[in-house]
Amino acid sequence: MIKVEHVEKNFGKLHALNDVSLEVNKGEIVSLIGPSGSGKSTLLRCIHGLEKADAGKIYINGEVMDPSDEKKYRQQRNQMGFVFQHFNLFPNMTVLENCNLAQIQVGGKTKEEAEKTSMEYLKRVGLAEKRDAYPNNLSGGQKQRVAIARALCMDPEMMLFDEPTSALDPEMIKEVLEVMKDLGNQGMTMIVVTHEMGFARKVGNRVVFLDHGEIVEDSPSEEFFSNPQSDRAKDFLSKVFYE
Amino acid sequence: MFVSLEQVFTSENILYLGKGALMSLGIAILSLFIGLILGVLGASAKRSKHLIFRAIGNFYVEVIRGTPMLLQILILFSVVPSIYTAITGEVLRINVYLIGIIAMSINSGAYSTELIRSGINGVDKGQWEACETLGLSSWQTMRFVVLPQAFKLIVPPIISEFVTLIKDSSLISTIGAVELLKASQIVGNTYYDYMSAYALAAIFYLIMTISISYIGKKVEKRLAVSD
Repeated sequence: MIKVEHVEKNFGKLHALNDVSLEVNKGEIVSLIGPSGSGKSTLLRCIHGLEKADAGKIYINGEVMDPSDEKKYRQQRNQMGFVFQHFNLFPNMTVLENCNLAQIQVGGKTKEEAEKTSMEYLKRVGLAEKRDAYPNNLSGGQKQRVAIARALCMDPEMMLFDEPTSALDPEMIKEVLEVMKDLGNQGMTMIVVTHEMGFARKVGNRVVFLDHGEIVEDSPSEEFFSNPQSDRAKDFLSKVFYE
Repeated sequence: MFVSLEQVFTSENILYLGKGALMSLGIAILSLFIGLILGVLGASAKRSKHLIFRAIGNFYVEVIRGTPMLLQILILFSVVPSIYTAITGEVLRINVYLIGIIAMSINSGAYSTELIRSGINGVDKGQWEACETLGLSSWQTMRFVVLPQAFKLIVPPIISEFVTLIKDSSLISTIGAVELLKASQIVGNTYYDYMSAYALAAIFYLIMTISISYIGKKVEKRLAVSD
């Protein structure tokens, strides 16, 4: 479904991504993990096109993503939903308006059609009753659930999550992970940059471990956690788990 | 000094200056409004991908902010009619109020350009990215997400720009427009008591500027509700 081929990305002198190749199939839940600065967020942002890769190609459904073919590129990007660490809800709009905006402006729906879809997804994330609230009156967990609903409203084929729980208070992490788990159970293809090892292990099917801009390990979740192959992965896991 | 206070402070004169004050207020409101439209255009030009638009935007802002408003008014007052005559061969009957509004709008537009630009820059980058991932075009992003948030940030400086415009509208008295300052000069001429007439003008200016600042604070508070 998504194929990343020999992608390179530099920020000045820093090699953020170094010859990264990766393939994600339909229905897979892939966790990108690794130390901070390892390039996992950069990889996710390159897949969506928020960052332009310096070299390499990205394919979606077998077709290469090419920014110079504007119309097609836009359609390809619209097949991916993106969830940010800091939610990025629109503070000047209510929850419902947040969900409606792109459906009306990009999807060409009427207000009524958009509202119907929005309410459906807001119900799914358990926030239907917050439809008229402004984002700044919501808790962090609620904000992120709205952000997920907003992305789902555009009917994407896959969802990209960039550290969706890293900005949350600890007691709110679970409600967001539950929503993501439900989404995975319904067959959504997901790529998740996360520090939640429990989620990566139990909900994800596959772990891609990055370090210094390179993919060090790519294996089924259970195998990665119970029997990591590389020293770098072993070292990372020993630091993450407090025993 | 105040030789004829009771002669100057008659209801007739107060009414006359009141009309002048309304003229100043009207000119300031129109200039602010047109200036804001120019400001949106100017800010878009300065943020443009194309060098030529950026250059035009910079030129506009630098030239207008780098020269006195009085000079701009005088240039417009003398240059526009000559250009008109040169092109059409006819003599232009000039409306000094119109010239005043045009000059002040162009002036205010340059300041609004900088205000709006800083307001747009003040909106979190994440808002642009969120719009990008939802498929919104940059124009849609501007219109629905960024500008509404930017305007909220610039309400306080816009209010102070409005107050400045009310005061600066006195400059168009130099080309013969009868606004508050000119009205007070006319009254002063009549009684040979400028001090009383100017004092009355000052009171009118203060009534306007203080009430606008007050309303501005109220608006700011209302806007802060969704924060």
